[in-house]
Amino acid sequence: MGRWIAAAIVLFVAAALIYSFATNSRVQWGVVGDYLFDARVLRGVRATLELTVVAMAIGIVLGVILAVMRLSPNPIVKSASWLYIWFFRGTPVLLQILFWGIGISALYPKISIGIPFGGPVIASGNANHIITLFVAAILGLGLNEGAYMAEIVRAGIISVDEGQHEAAHSLGMTRLQTMRRIVLPQAMRVIIPPTGNETISMLKTTSLVSVIAYTELLYAVQLIYSVNFKTIPLLIVAALWYLFFTTILSIGQYYIERHYARGSSRDLPPTPLQRLRWAALARREWN
Amino acid sequence: MELMVKAEGVHKSFGRLEVLKGITLELKPGEVMCMLGPSGSGKSTFLRCINHLEKIDAGRLYVDGTLVGYRQQGDKIYELRESEVAKERAQIGMVFQRFNLFPHMNVLHNVIEAPTRVQGIRREEAVQKARTLLDRVGLADKIDAYPAQLSGGQQQRVAIARALAMEPKLMLFDEPTSALDPELVGDVLDAMRQLAREGMTMVVVTHEIGFAREAGDTLVFMDEGVVVESGDPREVLSNPKHERTQAFLSKVL
Repeated sequence: MGRWIAAAIVLFVAAALIYSFATNSRVQWGVVGDYLFDARVLRGVRATLELTVVAMAIGIVLGVILAVMRLSPNPIVKSASWLYIWFFRGTPVLLQILFWGIGISALYPKISIGIPFGGPVIASGNANHIITLFVAAILGLGLNEGAYMAEIVRAGIISVDEGQHEAAHSLGMTRLQTMRRIVLPQAMRVIIPPTGNETISMLKTTSLVSVIAYTELLYAVQLIYSVNFKTIPLLIVAALWYLFFTTILSIGQYYIERHYARGSSRDLPPTPLQRLRWAALARREWN
Repeated sequence: MELMVKAEGVHKSFGRLEVLKGITLELKPGEVMCMLGPSGSGKSTFLRCINHLEKIDAGRLYVDGTLVGYRQQGDKIYELRESEVAKERAQIGMVFQRFNLFPHMNVLHNVIEAPTRVQGIRREEAVQKARTLLDRVGLADKIDAYPAQLSGGQQQRVAIARALAMEPKLMLFDEPTSALDPELVGDVLDAMRQLAREGMTMVVVTHEIGFAREAGDTLVFMDEGVVVESGDPREVLSNPKHERTQAFLSKVL
């Protein structure tokens, strides 16, 4: 009985909220519809997706490298990784984005490739041309993400039974072979769920690069409403797009997790689609 | 004839705990040595020293005439590089108490992983060999199964096939039947007996007195980091000379 009352209260409150929001004329749902597929908004969506994909790719690659370094028996390699994580986790990502977007060209107006410590220069260029807004945004987001992914990957590696390392070593596999073929694939089961969270989080964190005037989704709608003052409808447009992609990512994460759960349990639970199909089949047999 | 395993005063400590206090023993090719002793006596640690899963602190340990994990130059010994240690290990098979199969790979891939990746054998050839080995341990029909779908006894026999796929010159068994249900022990011991009959050199840490008596050429009894007694298994088991051996055997027999 108590369950029904609780459910009724929750449903009532939810319905009231949705009703008041949906019928609020100041939301201007018509305007939301007008701008949802506006070319400028769609370009912003594309930029947000590009940033998410590239920054996460950099973050994951860096994370794996840093995690393996962190677990290395070599003390210098180990401390280098520790230092990186300490720095990039210890400062706000917004600050890092500002640094790459604005600070770096003030600090190093010219960027050169060559032998360091005053050796010959092979190539050089203006920092503002090399570090475009996109590169600055990617550096800010990706390098920061690397530090977080390193900790996630490290937790995954540690979760794999010591016996797996020993079995691989006793077969003559080197440390790197053991990592790549035996340990990391098993660590995936622990690494994937938080990486999914990181990706979803990254999709939204990309909005921070609006501070260096890179036109991703949020900055795109800001540019529009700074002209027409339709602030609320345009923020809703952006919110709807973020929600759409986080939903897609959550579904993707579910299937990837299933894939890496192989071998850990005898039978995997059915996916929602399979359940639906079986239910439909069962009903047909019933009749 | 060259010895397969030769240990001279092998010492090993974990922190301040001295686990091996000077182990000296020899094993000829084709022989089976069983190691017996109470838990904590150091027998598993010694076994793990033979393929350098544990580093020894003092003494000398040779496999097939080569120093394990180290290189001697004059009077000094240097630790080998990781890839060199890996090469030595590739020639020594090891079977663990907890099987340690790779759970994300099916049986076939567990067996062919090291031959293809470490020895660089062609895949078809490795698969062919894996089939033969799995057939020998009675698991030809489980080739596509994942470890979680197998019983402990079946997993351990896959682990034996996996080690044999590297064509090792020496096999190490670390309490291979201790984690098994009693009714599954027989199949694993049968596979080991067959291997012994085929002339494989084996070091077996075990509590299976029966196996030690029938299949062993030597029996080593260890306690508190030293070899207390060793010799012909039938002789040691029926006529233990040392009182610690007598005390242990009176408890397990």
